[in-house]
Amino acid sequence: MDAILLQILNGLDKGSAYALIALGLTLIFGTLGVVNFAHGALFMIGAFCAVTLSKFLTLSFETVDPTKTDFLGQPLKVKTPYVEAWFGPDFGGALIDWAVPLSILFAIPVMITVGFVMERGLIKHFYKRPHADQILVTFGLAIVLQEIIKQVYGANPIPTPAPDAFRGSFDFGVLLGFDPSVIIYPYWRLVYFLFAAVIIGAVFAFLQFTTFGMVVRAGMADRETVGLLGINIDRRFTIMFGIAAAVAGLAGVMYTPINSPNYHMGMDFLVLSFVVVVVGGMGSLPGAVAAGFLLGILESFASMNEIKSLIPGIDQIIIYLVAIVILLTRPRGLMGRKGVMED
Amino acid sequence: MSNSKFTRRGVLKTGAVTGAGLALPTIFTASSASAFTNEPTGASVTLGFNVPQTGPYADEGADELRAYELAVEHLNGGGDGGMMNTFSSKALQGNGILGKKVEYVTGDTQTKSDAARASAKSMIEKDGAIMITGGSSSGVAVAVQGLCQEAGVIFMAGLTHSNDTTGKDKKANGFRHFFNAYMSGAALAPVLAKMYGNDRKAYHLTADYTWGWTQEESIVAATEALGWTTVNTVKTPLAQTDFSAYITPILQTDADVLVLNHYGGNMVNSLTNAVQFGLRDRIVNGKQFEIVVPLYSRLMARGAGENVKGIFGSTNWHWSLQDAGSQAFVKSFGTKYGFPPSQAAHTCYVQTLLYADAVERAGSFNPCAVAEALEGYDFDGLGNGPTHYRAADHQCFKDVLVVRGKENPTSEFDLLEVVEVTPRAQVEYAPDHPMFAGGSLGTCNPGA
Repeated sequence: MDAILLQILNGLDKGSAYALIALGLTLIFGTLGVVNFAHGALFMIGAFCAVTLSKFLTLSFETVDPTKTDFLGQPLKVKTPYVEAWFGPDFGGALIDWAVPLSILFAIPVMITVGFVMERGLIKHFYKRPHADQILVTFGLAIVLQEIIKQVYGANPIPTPAPDAFRGSFDFGVLLGFDPSVIIYPYWRLVYFLFAAVIIGAVFAFLQFTTFGMVVRAGMADRETVGLLGINIDRRFTIMFGIAAAVAGLAGVMYTPINSPNYHMGMDFLVLSFVVVVVGGMGSLPGAVAAGFLLGILESFASMNEIKSLIPGIDQIIIYLVAIVILLTRPRGLMGRKGVMED
Repeated sequence: MSNSKFTRRGVLKTGAVTGAGLALPTIFTASSASAFTNEPTGASVTLGFNVPQTGPYADEGADELRAYELAVEHLNGGGDGGMMNTFSSKALQGNGILGKKVEYVTGDTQTKSDAARASAKSMIEKDGAIMITGGSSSGVAVAVQGLCQEAGVIFMAGLTHSNDTTGKDKKANGFRHFFNAYMSGAALAPVLAKMYGNDRKAYHLTADYTWGWTQEESIVAATEALGWTTVNTVKTPLAQTDFSAYITPILQTDADVLVLNHYGGNMVNSLTNAVQFGLRDRIVNGKQFEIVVPLYSRLMARGAGENVKGIFGSTNWHWSLQDAGSQAFVKSFGTKYGFPPSQAAHTCYVQTLLYADAVERAGSFNPCAVAEALEGYDFDGLGNGPTHYRAADHQCFKDVLVVRGKENPTSEFDLLEVVEVTPRAQVEYAPDHPMFAGGSLGTCNPGA
């Protein structure tokens, strides 16, 4: 029982990342009709927003400590972050410690701008082209973006830890009456799950309860009719692209303490997120979220030693197996709408 | 009626045979004027540096390339001479190799076997490289070593740690200075037993490819020989990034040690995940839970940040060593580039000097003469103490370092501290040891 609970918890945080990326993907597909293979790169850029702010806050000046030597035997140059010199070690240290959460404020405008530039500068030219063309150009764009990040930040993972207050683990076992240290879960992964829930809720609320969202939903259902009413639906869809980019970026920002970011992390999530979108139903926002959590939890269970001893290698194929079964039984996915990607 | 002796069938046959002969790749045929592949005839000689310039090990590859460039500079008489001044052999004079200026070409392995073979082939065929060196992955090293054997050039392996490189996949034209998984186990296990006791229960997470398998086999054998038991060995896909699903089952067992047979990004992520899940704070069987990383890399340790503190592992070399050779290399490298070299840089630099020295002692670039000069060669002054290049499998034997993540680093490079220098005798093994069985060196191929 405790093992099952642990795997459910595991699946929730992995599912959170899948759901956030898939949400943005399906939002773009549902509005603009574009299959955006560069969406994983947006997740990666978001993560590197956190890396950038963290590096910015730790920009330092050097002072020489004659009592110590460096690796060449020269007097040691000691680095002191500017923020600690300006604001004092306590407040400056706290700013550095909270770099990842603070990055949210930095990442939102950056990601909206990146999304806007991406859509206006490249993707809009491919709206009327076949999906194959869209996939090729966005995949190429993803490769270009990740190579740029690699040139700037290097190929190795860059540690970007959570604030001290969120390091360590929460003992669910004690809470649920199990033995101590049997069901423990890192605080930051809980934060990530809650953060994902808030973002998903905010996107749904925005689409459901605002006039802007209502127009977007109308445009998703019937773009031509909304256009005939004199509404500039293209402009709204461009804004939605920016919002989808911001959602992916924020998912990336908050993911950095879970796994040290590297230039390839977007690609690692991209294929799985596409499967999530297809399983959930192309263009279906609730479907993307539900499928994200469902596949995250199933993947987590498939990694259990007991399951793998019965079916070796199942952890690597479970998501694709489920996708095949669902597409065979429900060709439009779990919550797919009629007419989407159909002749 | 024609009197010609040529028949249509005869012409076609002759043409086909001639065409097929001409179409053969030049690396598999020797010019009648050359005694061996890419025999240098001008005033210079070209070496091929095949390192990961893109892909996940690009930073390590960049450090290897820096070391190669430094070695070429020293061989040609530039700089301060580095370890040429401390090398026990005095055959190298700083006038190139056999009086020929050393030039080099580079290739990008991308940490992919097929790409690495393609770039090595190009350097041999198009650029005339007489020797290929490099690598940051055992899969790549084994693949390139095989190609060099076929092509008739020497392969001086860079960072490759799998037992197979000088085990079942060893080749007569291939040589490895870097240590291997068996040596890591033999050096590390006694330190672990001393620090953590003899009645530990270990759980292994292992990268699912040649290096991971041999690393796991080696450390399991070494620790079990000292009384540890192995609770489980779980293979993890090389492409895995989030290891939480592999970490949480450990909480359900009575294991009190986690051994991460992971390298590179795998190591960074699995170690980070293990620390996040509070494994290091656990008390199991009345003992503090411990994590072990058998193969450490300073460049990778940097990625794991504070999580490496206090964690044991092994390494081939470390810049903090105080012997004259290491000091000379760190000074040369640090002065030129502004930071200390990695173990990957060290082994690549040393391999280049060893090749050049072997050519000088042999008096020839002929791969078979070079191989003969390297086989059974004893040397010192290159940073690892007295070292022996064993003829039976072309593996170097030298002291191995057991290291621990430093609790209070003084700089971004000061991540590991040397806990023990394990003497060479403790990590030696017979050439027919079961972990290295299954292959044969074969005979040297000069390409002629």
